[in-house]
Amino acid sequence: MDIQTWTFIIVGITFAVYIGIAIWSTASSTSDFYVAGGGVSPFANGMATAADWMSAASFISMAGLISFMGYDGAVYLMGWTGGYVLLALLLAPYLRKFGKFTVPDFIGDRYYSNVARTVAVICAIIVSFTYVAGQMRGVGVVFARFLEVEIETGVYIGMIIVLFYATLGGMKGITYTQVAQYCILIFAFMVPAFFISFQLTGNVIPQLGFGGTVSDGTYLLDKLDGLHKELGFAAYTEGSKSMIDVFCITLALMVGTAGLPHVIVRFFTVAKVKDARISAGWALLLIAILYTTAPAISVFARTNLIQTVSNQEYDSVPEWFTNWEKTGLIAFDDKNADGKIQYVGDVAANELTIDQDIMVLANPEIANLPNWVIALVAAGGLAAALSTAAGLLLVISASISHDLIKKQIKPDISEKGELVWARIGSVIAVVIAGYFGINPPGFVAAVVALAFGLAAASFFPAIILGIFDKRMNKEGAIAGMVIGMLLMLFYMMKFKLGFFGGGDQSGWWFGISPEGFGSVAMLVNFAVSFSLSRLFPAPPEDVQEIVENIRFPRGAGEATHH
Amino acid sequence: MNKQMYWRANIRYLLILLSIWFAVSYGAGILFVDQLNNLRIGGFKLGFWFAQQGSIYVFVILIFVYVRLMNKLDKKHDLDEK
Repeated sequence: MDIQTWTFIIVGITFAVYIGIAIWSTASSTSDFYVAGGGVSPFANGMATAADWMSAASFISMAGLISFMGYDGAVYLMGWTGGYVLLALLLAPYLRKFGKFTVPDFIGDRYYSNVARTVAVICAIIVSFTYVAGQMRGVGVVFARFLEVEIETGVYIGMIIVLFYATLGGMKGITYTQVAQYCILIFAFMVPAFFISFQLTGNVIPQLGFGGTVSDGTYLLDKLDGLHKELGFAAYTEGSKSMIDVFCITLALMVGTAGLPHVIVRFFTVAKVKDARISAGWALLLIAILYTTAPAISVFARTNLIQTVSNQEYDSVPEWFTNWEKTGLIAFDDKNADGKIQYVGDVAANELTIDQDIMVLANPEIANLPNWVIALVAAGGLAAALSTAAGLLLVISASISHDLIKKQIKPDISEKGELVWARIGSVIAVVIAGYFGINPPGFVAAVVALAFGLAAASFFPAIILGIFDKRMNKEGAIAGMVIGMLLMLFYMMKFKLGFFGGGDQSGWWFGISPEGFGSVAMLVNFAVSFSLSRLFPAPPEDVQEIVENIRFPRGAGEATHH
Repeated sequence: MNKQMYWRANIRYLLILLSIWFAVSYGAGILFVDQLNNLRIGGFKLGFWFAQQGSIYVFVILIFVYVRLMNKLDKKHDLDEK
């Protein structure tokens, strides 16, 4: 069977599964809708968190990105896993004990202020929309490549599927579809990795093949370093970013991860404090399977690519090369007109441009794997994009129906009324996300890092101080969040979008890139919050009691009690 | 008193575990990567291995150790959930 038939069959089956789950898990209360009734088992929550977390970018782009960055790719590998240690140790158990529905719930109650709540809602919405636009685009791109439809059509199909299970089932529907999506995406990621690792190094396990030897007996990484030097690239195992920048980017991504509302809210769905801790462990274990395989794939793909195309006759390139040339993801420009492909570090002489996404998407073809594996990768990419999109849409819809309408505009709204608003909220969110998916604003790539920077600069310090510093009051927390967020926005706009006089690398403060600046903004937030809080009165008795209460596990009820 | 002791023990665990978290990622993977790269395990330079593999394994282990420690601590101070 050809690739397209396989893709229709496999993607069709997975979509049928998602819709089936949606019908089976229709939400009947706001508690179902926001936190899946608060009774998800820790392992299922771990799977759902992993799928929620691993986006189209993790699945499709990350391995390719790392293959161009070499050692520097560690910022993503450590940055997007290390945050779970912070989540498990510093946030999840306490927020679960607090036991409400959303992150702005915690900020608003802990800082006894609707101003704080509103600031948190704004942060949550900005962070989530930034993210979700990329996911819808990812759905469109995967459809376009594998089903040969227009990107817009792909986005529409994705919107309909997400709309169906997110609106009907809320968090309950999303949780159980995410469990299914995790299984699909990890299977789809690992199968080609096993094949390629075995082909290249004789070892089936990619994590071991990564450090293994190739057919001529040299170590794979030494071989790749050698190839890189020959072609004039920097050695693969050594980076080109400065140490301070690597440090700050890693920190910003870790702390940003721990501050992302769609991740935090997953820990409200389990029954106990104990479950929240262990499900963070399961989530990271399940994420680590992909994250320790990705850098191995980067090396396999990079080595394969260089060996296949470097200095080859253009007329005799394999079929996949021509296939992907059509999509524009790989381009050849014969600058010296010798009919051969020169892929070299010197920009002026280099004749080949390669999009990072091709590394995972074309990997099975480069390695000559069977057609069903290629179709599986398509289904995996869709699962990764849809699961993350759904999690984000829920945060947006809960922000509207719960944090704005129920908590501020219309506190006497009935349970039913709030549920209706939650559904309306999710429809609005899907439509806006779809719009951005079809008309991606040019700055999407630039603002994805902003999502992490913002989460790091705003939520993370406010939540940590809310738990560990009883004396922290609303004045300190609000000022910290606002100043942290504005500083981050200013730096991003200046160096990414050219506002406020713009500037390039030479103008970076302390040599820190905008991607890493979230670390600095976070420290500023901590400093402002801490010093300002001491100038104003301590929080009221009942708030101090909340803080006392969340520190001890006993008595964690369901997340339904208000 | 009991609650104070529980909280202090909790903070102590956090400090120990987060020091390890910092040491493997920011220490071995970033600050001392060049020095560690002079050592090798199999085909990996050690610093590179910590940055792209080792630190992630340690992160996973840290969370499971934390869960064990805290479950025991909850019981010891009779603060676990019923």
